[in-house]
Amino acid sequence: MLGRSLHLRHLDAGSCNACDWELAALLNPVYDVRRLGIDFVASPRHADGVVVTGPVTRNLEAAVRRTFEAIPDPRVVIAVGACAASGGIVGVGYASAGGVDRVLPVDVYIPGCPPRPEAIIFGILVALGRLDARRRPCQG
Amino acid sequence: MDALRASAVGSVDADVGPRPSDLTLRLGRAGDLPAAAAVLIGPHAMALATVVATDETATPHRDLKVRYIFEPTAPGAPDRFVTLLISVDAARPEVPSLTTAVPAANWHEREMRDLFGIAPVGHPDPRSLVVHDGWPRGVFPLRKHFDGSRRVPVEPADEFPHLVAEGEGVFEIPVGPIHAGIIEPGHFRFTSVGETVLNLDARLFYTHRGLEKRMEGLSPLDAFYIAERICGVCSFAHGMGYCEALEQIAGVRAPPRAQLIRSIALELERLYNHVGDVGNICAGASFHYGTAIGARLKERLQQINERLTGNRFLRGLVIPGGVCLDLPDDLLAVLTATLQDTLAGFDSLIGRIEANPSVVDRLDDTGVLQHQAAVDLAVAGVAARASGVDRDARRDHPHGAFADPDPPDLRVATVSEGDAMARVTVRALEVRESIRLVGEFVRRLEPGLSRVALAEPLPGGRIGISAIESARGEAVHWLRTDAVGRVERYHLRSPSYHNWPAVALAAETAIVPDFPLVNKSFELCYSCTDR
Ligand code: SF4
Repeated sequence: MLGRSLHLRHLDAGSCNACDWELAALLNPVYDVRRLGIDFVASPRHADGVVVTGPVTRNLEAAVRRTFEAIPDPRVVIAVGACAASGGIVGVGYASAGGVDRVLPVDVYIPGCPPRPEAIIFGILVALGRLDARRRPCQG
Repeated sequence: MDALRASAVGSVDADVGPRPSDLTLRLGRAGDLPAAAAVLIGPHAMALATVVATDETATPHRDLKVRYIFEPTAPGAPDRFVTLLISVDAARPEVPSLTTAVPAANWHEREMRDLFGIAPVGHPDPRSLVVHDGWPRGVFPLRKHFDGSRRVPVEPADEFPHLVAEGEGVFEIPVGPIHAGIIEPGHFRFTSVGETVLNLDARLFYTHRGLEKRMEGLSPLDAFYIAERICGVCSFAHGMGYCEALEQIAGVRAPPRAQLIRSIALELERLYNHVGDVGNICAGASFHYGTAIGARLKERLQQINERLTGNRFLRGLVIPGGVCLDLPDDLLAVLTATLQDTLAGFDSLIGRIEANPSVVDRLDDTGVLQHQAAVDLAVAGVAARASGVDRDARRDHPHGAFADPDPPDLRVATVSEGDAMARVTVRALEVRESIRLVGEFVRRLEPGLSRVALAEPLPGGRIGISAIESARGEAVHWLRTDAVGRVERYHLRSPSYHNWPAVALAAETAIVPDFPLVNKSFELCYSCTDR
């Protein structure tokens, strides 16, 4: 599994930024996820999937949908943190749609507020399995 | 006070409060507001700290209220907030705008127009700020009768009217809200000629989550967990600021050991931010060695955060009444050793930056914020001190261990150049000072209680106010309980709230490719600005 690569686009859908910093930490010399073939890319067009942090705010909902649409199929959606997974402390309200699955089809939920970097790596590797499962029929 | 009375046509009533050292001045006529503000800012050398609107239409007052809260700016001035309080007629919700005379009022006034429907008459910018395209007209989510859990339909809307320059050879460059890196969302509209930035119009509040509304009606002890999560990198500072405001309402003080532990954590938050920020500034200057070293040092500090508190962002330590974890001696020894290593690593990084002419060339004279602009916009934190503004809430509004009758001394670092290099220099000085302070706090720790209980229900109808120097500058918290002791209104003015307009000014002295560097040298929060 570790021989394969997964390129992800980060999408801040309205997080408090702690989940985002833990994603950034994955690239630091301690976790260095690039050694596992995982990287964060600048454009959704280059991505195999999206890592979403935060609930989906009203002011970002359109951008969240458009970013997802710009990613080629098959694509995975990974919800990082309590806000992305369920709405977390933000919940549903005038400014928030709640969890990411209210807006996008989520494949993997990574709990935590924020999840530790190890948990995020684990979740991404789970997602990698999901992606393979979906690819197989096309390849077969 | 006399000068204020003289400047007002109508009546001025003065009360002590919210804290015993503070003053609240009730202006009989809203029209007197600009003159009263001018007296505070001019002769009294005060700055706008925050603006808090409240909806009191369901109370016997049957009005809306706006509090314009000012604070002293002279180093060593007594810790005092002066509130100008005006009553606003709910049938005709208008106030005179302060923005042309007090530029720091700009966003505050646009925010209350969006969220409360209170119109700042004479405000130069008619555009919405917090609510974006498609928000229905006439719906004000922070009014009490608005149900905060309600989703409001998106209405068809025109494109947002960005401020752009036009002319031959002028280009418009839209960036965001979704950015290429792992960073928070915001939209930047540059107009440029060649590489030169003519104008930058920044649009924020993409991460507006309605958190202040969400906290209303909750027990203040429950709402604390939301306050602690408004912002990731200010988690501890905001958690602590909320607690200090709540403790005023409850009439309790956290015990001395808790105050010291809070101050240790506040410095640890400053440390991992400042160290990480210097690394990220290296990224903006394409100095990848520095980026990697900064990231490694920051990671080490976040790992020590986790060992001390169980959370890499120091969440779960501060709690209303004190701290809910003690720091045993063996952990403190690990902390001290880690900080000594960090200091050595950080000094070496700064040495490499200063010895690298191509990095210094990128930083020198880049993104200059003039001293007067920093004063006018009431800029906070590193950006203020790098433009020669000698303000630091640890000294100006003593909190944590600094509120001790015999407080440790604090050397506030200021330089005058106002460029990206100056902001690196201030961070470097503050990292060393924070490490020294943690050592001092650890030495002062004595066995004792780490927490006192807050009895529920909390006293009703009381206000608490606090100002905390977070890694990103002064944050001002304002909390009021309702008749039965729940959260009636909470407002956070984050440090970045006053600093964003300064980034736009500084960017206009730079070239487009330097914008990431300018932005990283300020390193502002979106999430606690947007809330
Ligand atoms: S889950 Fe927690 S850390 Fe992540 S965005 Fe939400 S509040 Fe922040």
